[in-house]
Amino acid sequence: MDMQPALFQYCLQLGDNNLILGHRLSEMCSRGPMLEEDIALTNFALDHIGQAEALLKYAGEIEGKGRSEDDLSYLRSVDAFSNWKLVEQPNTDFAYVIARQFMVDVYQCLLYPKLQKSTNAMIAGMAGRFLKESIYHQRHTSAWVHRLGLGTAESHRRIQQAFNNLWRYTPEILTAKPFETLLSAQGIAPDPEELAMDWTVQIIRVITKAGLRRPSDDFVESYTTHTEHLGPLLADMQYLQRTYPDAKW
Amino acid sequence: MYPDYVGIEELVWERLGLIPDPEIPVISILDLGVVRSVRYNGTTLEILITPTYTGCPAMNLFVAEIKAAMHDQGFDQVEIKTVYAPAWTTNWLSAEVKEKLRRYGIAPPVNETISDDPFALPPIVPCPRCDSKNTSLVSQFGATACKSLYSCKDCREPFEYFKHF
Repeated sequence: MDMQPALFQYCLQLGDNNLILGHRLSEMCSRGPMLEEDIALTNFALDHIGQAEALLKYAGEIEGKGRSEDDLSYLRSVDAFSNWKLVEQPNTDFAYVIARQFMVDVYQCLLYPKLQKSTNAMIAGMAGRFLKESIYHQRHTSAWVHRLGLGTAESHRRIQQAFNNLWRYTPEILTAKPFETLLSAQGIAPDPEELAMDWTVQIIRVITKAGLRRPSDDFVESYTTHTEHLGPLLADMQYLQRTYPDAKW
Repeated sequence: MYPDYVGIEELVWERLGLIPDPEIPVISILDLGVVRSVRYNGTTLEILITPTYTGCPAMNLFVAEIKAAMHDQGFDQVEIKTVYAPAWTTNWLSAEVKEKLRRYGIAPPVNETISDDPFALPPIVPCPRCDSKNTSLVSQFGATACKSLYSCKDCREPFEYFKHF
């Protein structure tokens, strides 16, 4: 694998994760359990979509085929998206929203400091910028994991269930992809295995402190690129560009 | 290199200082620290800006307003580029700018360490109206990405706090 396609794949995956998660969070607008939380989740959505915009713009430049961040967001189909299955999972209830977000926040708070040392100046610059946002996110969601885990029997049951059911999507986060390994050897991206280990330790540490059990690894792993949830999400997100191609306003 | 362009660049800086922040009109985009450099090579004016928050919708407006202001000044070719490093920080706000914010009713950033402890106590933010320190955090996230919502327990007024970032 050449360096340029690997770098494109890498930025695309980081960008897609932020874009799809940002869209899921935007669906929570006016549906938060309380006003303050509604505002918090839409603030998160804005940060993730902002990060996606920067990453996909850069991905398009690396690819060199003239695709903008908007082209990459609105004009690709399910199979061309490289986001994790975790981030496309629906907002089943508030516990799912928090568990999913918390898993991503921990990942980004571990990834971005390492990316700040990337030999690629553009990636290092973006990571420094994004990290400040992710620290606020992680602080917020990790507080919620504690409150739900140590709250009422009902809140405990729901957050435990959310972690249990989302856990089957973690192998994808923990398995190094060829492009990650290649970029790691060049000092552009961090060592994916070390990152995976740090992530697991940190997740288990908070979950345990919140009185929750480590979810069982006894699940049937999904080997499809995406779950059935990404298609409907894209249908909603891309509706305007698909219906009125090249519409501008 | 071309000494006469230095004067032109200074005029550009001066003009940029007149563009207000779209959300907080009492401060300019220069006060905010988003403009990192200005270069003119005789034909093209290049302005480097850095985003406050990556998803801040005001950034697009900044770009549009800078372009319009520069076209009015007679620059035909204006390139506005985004840079990410060094990352924008509220430490770039001067004491004078912080005072402008306070007088406008927005509590300026106070020095705080951003810890990852989820239960770290929020910073004590003095009320911009009555200066009381008897205030409490209502919501970490507010109407814009850069602000939190506080309330003063003495004068009973809610107020926005420009987050330390």
